[in-house]
Amino acid sequence: MNIKINDEMRDLGDLDPQTPLLWALRDELDLVGTKFGCGISQCGACTVLVDNVAVKSCTYPIASVGESEVTTIEGLAEPTGELNPVQQAWVDLDVAQCGYCQSGQVMAAEALLRKNPNPNDDEIDQAMASNICRCGTYIRIREAVKSAASMRSPGNAGDVR
Amino acid sequence: MTQLNYSDIGDLFEAVSGTRNDVNQTSVLPRIVKLDRRQFLKMTGAVGGGLMLSFGVPKAFASTNTNTFQPNGYVKIDGSGIVLYAKNPEIGQGVKTSLPMIVAEELDVAWEDVTVEQSRIDQAAYGMQFAGGSTAIPMNWTALRTAGATARKMLIDAAAKRWNVSSHAITTDRSHVVHAASGQKASYLELASEAAAIPVPSADSLVLKDAKDFRILGKRVTGVDNEALMRGQPLFGIDQSVPGMKYAVYQKCPAIGGKVKSANLDEIKAMPGIEDAFVLEGNDNAAELLPGVAIVAVNTWSAIQAKRALKIEWEETEASTDSWSRAIDEAEALRHKSGPRVVDTGDVDKAFENSQKQASGFYRYAFTSHAQLEPQNCTASFSDGKLELWAPTQTPGAAIMSAATVVGIQPTNVTLHQTRCGGGFGRRLYNDFTCESAAIAKRAGVPVKLQWTREDDMAYDLYRAGGFHQMHGSVDENGKISGWRDRFITFTNGGGRPVSGGGISQGVFPGGLLDNVRVEQTALEWKNRCAAWRAPGSNVFAFVVGSFLHELAHAAGRDHLDVLLEVLGEPRQLGPRGMHTGRAAEVVRVAAKEAGWGRELGNGRGMGVSFYYSHAGHIAEVAEVSVSEDKQVTVHKVTVAADVGPIVNMSGAENQVQGSVVDALSTMFNLAVSFENGRVEQSNFDKYSMLRMPSTPEIDVHFLQTDNPPTGLGEPAFPPLAPAVYNAIFEATGHRARTMPISDEGFSLA
Repeated sequence: MNIKINDEMRDLGDLDPQTPLLWALRDELDLVGTKFGCGISQCGACTVLVDNVAVKSCTYPIASVGESEVTTIEGLAEPTGELNPVQQAWVDLDVAQCGYCQSGQVMAAEALLRKNPNPNDDEIDQAMASNICRCGTYIRIREAVKSAASMRSPGNAGDVR
Repeated sequence: MTQLNYSDIGDLFEAVSGTRNDVNQTSVLPRIVKLDRRQFLKMTGAVGGGLMLSFGVPKAFASTNTNTFQPNGYVKIDGSGIVLYAKNPEIGQGVKTSLPMIVAEELDVAWEDVTVEQSRIDQAAYGMQFAGGSTAIPMNWTALRTAGATARKMLIDAAAKRWNVSSHAITTDRSHVVHAASGQKASYLELASEAAAIPVPSADSLVLKDAKDFRILGKRVTGVDNEALMRGQPLFGIDQSVPGMKYAVYQKCPAIGGKVKSANLDEIKAMPGIEDAFVLEGNDNAAELLPGVAIVAVNTWSAIQAKRALKIEWEETEASTDSWSRAIDEAEALRHKSGPRVVDTGDVDKAFENSQKQASGFYRYAFTSHAQLEPQNCTASFSDGKLELWAPTQTPGAAIMSAATVVGIQPTNVTLHQTRCGGGFGRRLYNDFTCESAAIAKRAGVPVKLQWTREDDMAYDLYRAGGFHQMHGSVDENGKISGWRDRFITFTNGGGRPVSGGGISQGVFPGGLLDNVRVEQTALEWKNRCAAWRAPGSNVFAFVVGSFLHELAHAAGRDHLDVLLEVLGEPRQLGPRGMHTGRAAEVVRVAAKEAGWGRELGNGRGMGVSFYYSHAGHIAEVAEVSVSEDKQVTVHKVTVAADVGPIVNMSGAENQVQGSVVDALSTMFNLAVSFENGRVEQSNFDKYSMLRMPSTPEIDVHFLQTDNPPTGLGEPAFPPLAPAVYNAIFEATGHRARTMPISDEGFSLA
């Protein structure tokens, strides 16, 4: 089976088609930025983009990917290596504590901003509600989403601190 | 050697962190260290003596490269750059950034010139390397400053020699040595090889910086791993892989103490992707290796599927039959009877007799799970009698000792690579997962990455124990609290000694502050493992005592803030490791002022205050809430005032406090594990519902930045939150909730 991940076709050989995308990424392709947290779509640590939409890769079989394009945290940076606005906001606002959930948080935020470039607080809260941060960094996550929104489209005044 | 179990480890960490404190000058720490020094050394894996609270800067990092300047274990400078080593495990508390900041300050480097690396695990060189008890800052503050100052002095001496001037005429500035008189300047990098030839100065010849000259400490510094995290680099235990590695899972008995009678191993071995399946007997130490069935597979998914297909018959004669509902019934009966006294100051009975008003209430809190987001995992490779581990552990030294025992080799034949940890909260103080991985790798004959599922983590945690407190108190004719009785019903893993975090000593607030205090303590037998959980003991006692103080203030018809300040009394130090009441009162005043205590709030809205001292941190919190008719609680704002001495990293410190408040709010509203027939009833996050972004309140943090000794912030901001919110809910509704999680009384968080 071949699937397109981070702009590259990747060969998964004869891997069981029911294998969750999470484990294909981690064990077969060495893309370990996507994290295992619960295995039942509850925590969002495994969030990746499938055709720009946030999905929980722990319950998403590779058979379902088909022709879609998968983007993981490893595929967010610019081709030059420069961090994308969401990643940069996360670094600058020092969001992470343990950091384990943050790649999933970043992917959820990226999906939100691709759909809604200038979300308000409620929209941010609703979009990010499917991701748990056990360390409780939600205040900074919210700020970072706003900061990323204004970096992506400088016209957005937003209400960044 | 004496067996060390998880209960000992928890007790010892509570002692190290000052959670258990006797105010009568007999701090638990020296007592336990004296009695159990050998055990303590085993627990931390520390080598040699004198490593408890202070240790020198590790010397003799002899480099074979004379161009490399490495005066101690924390600093390495050569022509290519400046590397600072972080010695302790990073579990989210920020030490991989904050500890090197302390070195950098005294070394006088520009922070942007620094690369931080995790040091090797080598306790002979570094002293204790662990993450627990909010101790990293206080235990390492002086040693790290000395390490930085030592390197700086040697660079100055090297420059003095090169320029043939007095070293007294030389200063440093952002990674450079400067001789102002001659205008000469050289970078640390240029001077590295010459500095390497300078003798290491004695610590007492060094002059440490005055706090007013700090350029790095106290600033907002972003985490050194931030960018690597954003690029998905393999920082965590779960991200490790080694050549030839297979993927393992391990199924233990759902009731602790059960053994494998039989298992469908042949069926499992025939499944696709499965390389091996076998039974491990366990080693009779529940802190190390419980019996179970191991499965070794070509990838994690095959292993998980095979684990689900396991059919195991368990021998459960010795297994847990713990039942939370039975414990509630037992406590209900016991709360009416007096129990053994563990604290008895003054004359409580007389105080009650002479009182003007009395109040009583029965408090209860549930067991909780650590739920650190990275499930337990460990990669292990065993060959030629040597073991190599890649482990997300909080106690690497203990992990080495335990794994050596389990595979039957000397600890010197174990190498442990410390990884970043996806949360800790106390769970990773205990190394059952590393022992399992080591045992499986040895038996399988290949390197393995052992992966626990979330269901494993929920079922085989070392839980925060639940508990019950029948409180009774009195107020005298002047409206002062005159008597305090806490009839505490806790748990024991056998022998009557309370589980870790489940014992009250004299130092527990408000002991030492009131004239007449009695604590009675009875322990119910309990088989499931209980251990340290973020701010052990304090995280539950604060709820009970902080709430009951409010009950008594209400009974007296007085403002809670006034009563709290009255209880704290005159400024004084309560024992060597106890609180300072003056610092306590100051944080209470600041939190109240910043929150606007006393202003009119309107119907359905209330404000609550609480103070707690734990892990050497004095912290007060004020919560402002509103409560709807259907008991939905909106937390509008939490105001925190903290005195933890000078702040090392302002960004990290603020994050720790806000995170602690969120964690505590999450725990008080929704988190509980329950047990029936020895088994945990909640299997995953769908039944263990942690707080999410929409419920996160505004959290306003104030640091007093006193010149008291600096201390850690991983824990002390947690305990005061729950009582502040419970008290606010009472003010808003008139309903006194005494159960945690409060969802058991029908309240929900908006």
